Amino acid sequence: MSAGTTLAPDERRLGAGAPIQDTKSDKIALACIYTALGLFCLAVLYPIVYVLSASVSNTKLVSAGEVWLWPVGFTLDAYKAILDYKSIVSGFGNSVFYAVAGALVATILTLLAAYPLSRKGLPGKGIIMAAFVFTMMFSGGLIPTYLVVHELGLLNTRWAMILPTALAVWNVIITRTYFMVTIPEELVEAGKVDGCSDFGFFWRVVLPLSKPIIAVNLLFYAVGSWNSFFNALIYLTNEHLFPLQVILRQILLQTKVDPSQMADTSKLAQMQELQQQLKYSLIVIGMIPPLLVYPFVQKHFVKGAMIGSLKG
Amino acid sequence: MRSAGHKRTRVAKSRVGLGLRIRRNWQLYAMLALPLIWLAIFAYWPMYGVIIAFKDYNVVSGIWGSPWAGMKYFDRFVESYQFWRLIKNTVYLHVYELVATFPLPIILALCLNTVRKKWFSRTTQLITYAPHFISTVVVVGLLVVLTSPNTGVTNKLIGLFGFGPTDVMGDSGMFRHLFVWSGAWQTMGFAAIIYLAALTSVPPELHEAAIVDGASRLRRMWHIDLPAIVPVAVILLILDIGRILSVGFEKVLLMQNSLNLDVAEVIDTYVYKIGLASSVPQFSYATAIGLFRSVIGLVLLVLANTFARRFAKSSLW
Repeated sequence: MSAGTTLAPDERRLGAGAPIQDTKSDKIALACIYTALGLFCLAVLYPIVYVLSASVSNTKLVSAGEVWLWPVGFTLDAYKAILDYKSIVSGFGNSVFYAVAGALVATILTLLAAYPLSRKGLPGKGIIMAAFVFTMMFSGGLIPTYLVVHELGLLNTRWAMILPTALAVWNVIITRTYFMVTIPEELVEAGKVDGCSDFGFFWRVVLPLSKPIIAVNLLFYAVGSWNSFFNALIYLTNEHLFPLQVILRQILLQTKVDPSQMADTSKLAQMQELQQQLKYSLIVIGMIPPLLVYPFVQKHFVKGAMIGSLKG
Repeated sequence: MRSAGHKRTRVAKSRVGLGLRIRRNWQLYAMLALPLIWLAIFAYWPMYGVIIAFKDYNVVSGIWGSPWAGMKYFDRFVESYQFWRLIKNTVYLHVYELVATFPLPIILALCLNTVRKKWFSRTTQLITYAPHFISTVVVVGLLVVLTSPNTGVTNKLIGLFGFGPTDVMGDSGMFRHLFVWSGAWQTMGFAAIIYLAALTSVPPELHEAAIVDGASRLRRMWHIDLPAIVPVAVILLILDIGRILSVGFEKVLLMQNSLNLDVAEVIDTYVYKIGLASSVPQFSYATAIGLFRSVIGLVLLVLANTFARRFAKSSLW
């Protein structure tokens, strides 16, 4: 299977000189396909746009069902209320920290694992790879993992949000395949002839050639960490360490608004009035950071995922 | 040139002894040290910890010091009144999800592959990948606010047709539909990537020959594009079957409420509740249930793989 080819094979497929006319049934089929894809895009976009609009609309008008697509009675009150709610602000900060630190640690571990495993003829490579892959099919499970984290004294520390899920075997496989495809054996041997050590070669040759896959790893790990809530649920009880997703769950799904979290209690009444709208703005805040980042790396991860999934 | 390189390394390999090769590569092993330590601590240590499923674990005596309990906890689970309810809920939810959503990314990829306008295909991909990057908490939050009986937009919509507002999140009959179709909304686009990749391997000559022979677009999709996807689809199906008892646990937990618990309690959420969320955590019992689930998953994976190797000629190993 060739993995490096481009996405739209139609230009190639039709050849250079022979534009064959579509038949009538083909035109109908094409029209149906375009319509179906367009409708699907709308179905994906609508909830997102609706929530964005509702979050900046007047609460009463949202409740009355005046908002269908675009904002009605534009206001930023809901976002101002969020800034007054201490745990949301601290949760946002914590989440940023976990995402950045977690992505760095995880990406470094992944690169360190993937590069040696991509090299031809490394003794024991098969066993080590099998040890990684086996964990994808079988795991100790929730309680034994929890007990390990407990034993290490990581409960209620920031490390509990970074270490237990640091390495994703899937990413190791994709990264390893990327190395196998982009770092040819000839290059490795040329490096050896020039007297370059493995460390030196990895640092000076491999890493500069691997920016796309590094970007993909950083993005996947950062988004994964930003979006995860379950680790925090089981490993953390200290509210000051809670990431945003846990706060979102409390307010969105358990409808817990804690007055002691308000900077100014006189705003409590206003808060309750705003609660419904606050939900919309909270969803926006939880959803936007990954959505802003991913289009920039999209090209890379599509390619990375393709190479990895086809050869892995 | 490439093959010459291969030959050279193979010759070199056979001439150099194993010990020397290990010593020569010590820097590569040094790089592997950190990831392997991580793997030992966070993947294999918990696997050792699984033996508490066969013990009466207590924190003071630790894993090794606690007395053996044999199969007590497995018997207790199989005989408990929860057993069939949990199995039924878990299998039903996952099978529904599998049957309803497995073909969707394939169809999407086939359609995208047919689209000739590049900007259209690019935009569609950009949009349909987006939900993959939204967290489970936010997706469930979206479901809650959009279907809220007082203010949700779906109730406004059915109100237009003269139906009264309903609380779908609290309706146990709706739980599975909401779970499965919101899942399709979230994962369908991103799951299509792997099929699009498989489609790039279709030689364009096949299509040209088929066009010359007068094959319509749909026929070409069916007879040329679809067979190119099948090996990948089989592998993904095997993996999905191996996961049949561990259905999207975070999302189930988030969607649970007191009204839908009769259909929304699955094995993994039960393990969490009796093992960690309870005021009297039953570590051994919860571990036993978790192990029961993992072993069945592994067995199913192996069975599906054997089956696929024999009949579909494509398999994981």
